[in-house]
Amino acid sequence: MQLTVAGNQKEYADGLTVAKLIELEEVETPAYVTVSVNDAFIAGGTFEEAVLQDGDRIEFLYFMGGGSA
Amino acid sequence: MTVQLRRADYDAIVAHAVRCLPNEACGVIGGRVEGETKVIEKVYPLDNPDQSPEHFSIDPKSQLAAVKDMRALGLSPLGNFHSHPSTPARPSAEDIRLAYNPNDSYLILSLAEESPVLKSFRIAHGEASPEPVCVLRV
Repeated sequence: MQLTVAGNQKEYADGLTVAKLIELEEVETPAYVTVSVNDAFIAGGTFEEAVLQDGDRIEFLYFMGGGSA
Repeated sequence: MTVQLRRADYDAIVAHAVRCLPNEACGVIGGRVEGETKVIEKVYPLDNPDQSPEHFSIDPKSQLAAVKDMRALGLSPLGNFHSHPSTPARPSAEDIRLAYNPNDSYLILSLAEESPVLKSFRIAHGEASPEPVCVLRV
């Protein structure tokens, strides 16, 4: 199946989960990544069960925050 | 890497930071990588849900909307910016602790002095490394 991962079109085997995609894409510090599929956020803790479909668009978003203190 | 941005985008960051005073301002940046230069093509000033002079965070929904716009424009997310209203333009301990993407550029604008100071950093494994910032005249 074809996925658009962070803006890049890629071929992956059917049945791929979000958790496996994170592993295959070698996402840095995955514990702090929020994942969106077709502009909808995937709930944390469900990456193992979230199965991707042909044509899905996936973005990996990192928490962004900090402070001057 | 050098971070390059147009004067208008620099001015937009400063204006957003001033408008948000006394609180910290924040946003994300999109563009492209050309060799050893990150070219910022668009700045996205965003709300700071923390509404604090010492903290900021970026709402994931706002972040996703900005990334979606970047994809439509053929741009890539390059990092984020935030302001330090009364401290220097260097990453605080909290900035470093909460920097999870080693590929991002973390721009910090200080308003502590009479003139704004903008600096950029890469932050990885608990260490911040400065990146040169080039503001184009146009």
